[in-house]
Amino acid sequence: MPVAAARPPEAEEPPVRRLYRSAEGRWLGGVARGLAGHLGLPVTWVRLVFLGLFMADGLGTLLYAVFWIAVPLGVGGRSAEPRPVFETAPDGRRRLRKPDRGQLFALVALLVGAVVFVANTDLGGPANRYVWPVLLTGAGVVLVWRQADNARRARWTGDGRRRRLLPLARGLAGVALVGTGLTVFVVVRGSAAQLGNVLTAALAVIVGVALLAGPWLVRMTQDLSEERLMRIRAQERAEVAAHVHDSVLHTLTLIQRNADDAGEVRRLARAQERELRNWLYRPEGTGKDEAEEPATFADAVKRAAAEVEDKHGVPLEVVVVGDCPLDERLTAQLQAAREAMVNAAKYGGRGGAVQVYAEVEVRTVFVSVRDRGPGFDPGAVPEDRMGVRESIVGRMQRNGGTARLRSVPGGGTEVELEMERADG
Amino acid sequence: MTEQTDATGGTERRVRVVLVDDHRMFRAGVQAEIGRTEETGVEVVGEAADVDQAVAVITATRPEVVLLDVHLPGGGGVEVLRRCAGLVVAPEHPVRFLALSVSDAAEDVIGVIRGGARGYVTKTITGADLVDSVFRVQEGDAVFSPRLAGFVLDAFASTDAPPVDEDLDRLTQREREVLRLIARGYAYKEIAKQLFISVKTVESHVSAVLRKLQLSNRHELTRWATARRLV
Repeated sequence: MPVAAARPPEAEEPPVRRLYRSAEGRWLGGVARGLAGHLGLPVTWVRLVFLGLFMADGLGTLLYAVFWIAVPLGVGGRSAEPRPVFETAPDGRRRLRKPDRGQLFALVALLVGAVVFVANTDLGGPANRYVWPVLLTGAGVVLVWRQADNARRARWTGDGRRRRLLPLARGLAGVALVGTGLTVFVVVRGSAAQLGNVLTAALAVIVGVALLAGPWLVRMTQDLSEERLMRIRAQERAEVAAHVHDSVLHTLTLIQRNADDAGEVRRLARAQERELRNWLYRPEGTGKDEAEEPATFADAVKRAAAEVEDKHGVPLEVVVVGDCPLDERLTAQLQAAREAMVNAAKYGGRGGAVQVYAEVEVRTVFVSVRDRGPGFDPGAVPEDRMGVRESIVGRMQRNGGTARLRSVPGGGTEVELEMERADG
Repeated sequence: MTEQTDATGGTERRVRVVLVDDHRMFRAGVQAEIGRTEETGVEVVGEAADVDQAVAVITATRPEVVLLDVHLPGGGGVEVLRRCAGLVVAPEHPVRFLALSVSDAAEDVIGVIRGGARGYVTKTITGADLVDSVFRVQEGDAVFSPRLAGFVLDAFASTDAPPVDEDLDRLTQREREVLRLIARGYAYKEIAKQLFISVKTVESHVSAVLRKLQLSNRHELTRWATARRLV
């Protein structure tokens, strides 16, 4: 088995045992590869079997053709990683570009087969009249079918626009081959004189069939596209339902269980509200990837507020005006603001929502965190209260910004953070 | 307005309110929260769940304040405002609209403000604050929530393109300052103290902002909203 050495054995089990023709790494229709994947055999064996069957009066060809027509093209024929192959070989010409050893071997086998075929067939005899037209027609059919597969795959991968001329030429060549083959067949069978009549009759029949079946076909196509639309809608709805089920119902259950703990209930409800709102109103194309770090200041402020809100169960009302990319200084400011939010939530959360206001101006970025809690006397802050002194005021000063703290006993606390923007 | 003396003969304020919201539960909740007329002075005289109902109820009851949801079947709060435009400017007995919304989309909210609503509050507002807002709107003031102030600042902050209509599209320094303080969660009284002006002055600044918002050209806001993919 020289070929088996060239390719790793492809005997891994696909998760769903359905027969597909393989779209990747195929030579002709992907039948052998698909079968190999389905049966758990090395693809070479299947190919050899087909070759052997071909010797048996062309049975292999017939079998192959039936498989090609009846089995849908899929990605799961063999458990290869479909994506990388998809990207490297978007069209079916991969075989021509980099022939590997297996393919060379196949080519040699094909040549040998052809030689054997020619030697065994009496090309000079009366069979000649049938063999050539059949071969021509077969080649044409193969081309056209291969073409249809490519179009289908192009639709999946989405880059069908790239080379439009080549597929068209290929399709035309296939049709021409079939046409020539059939014509030759007719010509050699009957007399050439009757060709005109036969063609006219055939044309009439085709037109008649088209007239009869045309409207029905159009209707069917329309129904199909409509059905597809409905299915897409249903899928969308199912996705929403699934999300609501996953998160909202889950949260409602938690709330029922924690009904006595008002703080916990509020925390859950707020977290869920925010999440659902983000999910519903997120701009198109923004993934649901929550793990990613926010890249802009506005997002970062909102994220920080959301985290504090979740952790401390105090609502934070966030208003952000303008936006800009994050840099080192702004990150420092953000950390200070976060500390201020935590303080406000911890000590001032009883007085209602904490107001967070951030504004990106032309030269500066301003953040204010305000609570309506009991407040305190900033002058009387004990030395060990490092939160304010170090995390807020110190951090801002180290990075070239300013922090102002205003607190009136009984009148709430406000922290104002101002930072110069690096790029004016 | 003239509701200072009423049935009880005291100085108790009274205001007649119509609730427009398509969620029955929400209407019931608001009703329970602010509708205890003896305590709050708010009398809910009608409810509506969609645009047609709203127009009918408002025309029939002639309330002083309408609490208007932004999202409604039949065209939304903007449509109600459009069809009640005659009542809004009625000289004798104007109907004031206060937008009350869960929506975070600035375009929605600013849309109703442009349509003629006198203010906007979110549904997370407390009952007491809502009563206060209703009275303020009844007296002809504008009511801005911090979030709305943020939206407005954001809309007017785009300094990249020259404004088409300078005096309408620009906010004065003072108005901007007032809006900033509102966005930071200050009450009107606190703003007055902070800026050393009277509460009346604060209110007139806010009203000026509201007027500019209703009159200024739509381009800026549309551009702004489009840039944020809100529309």
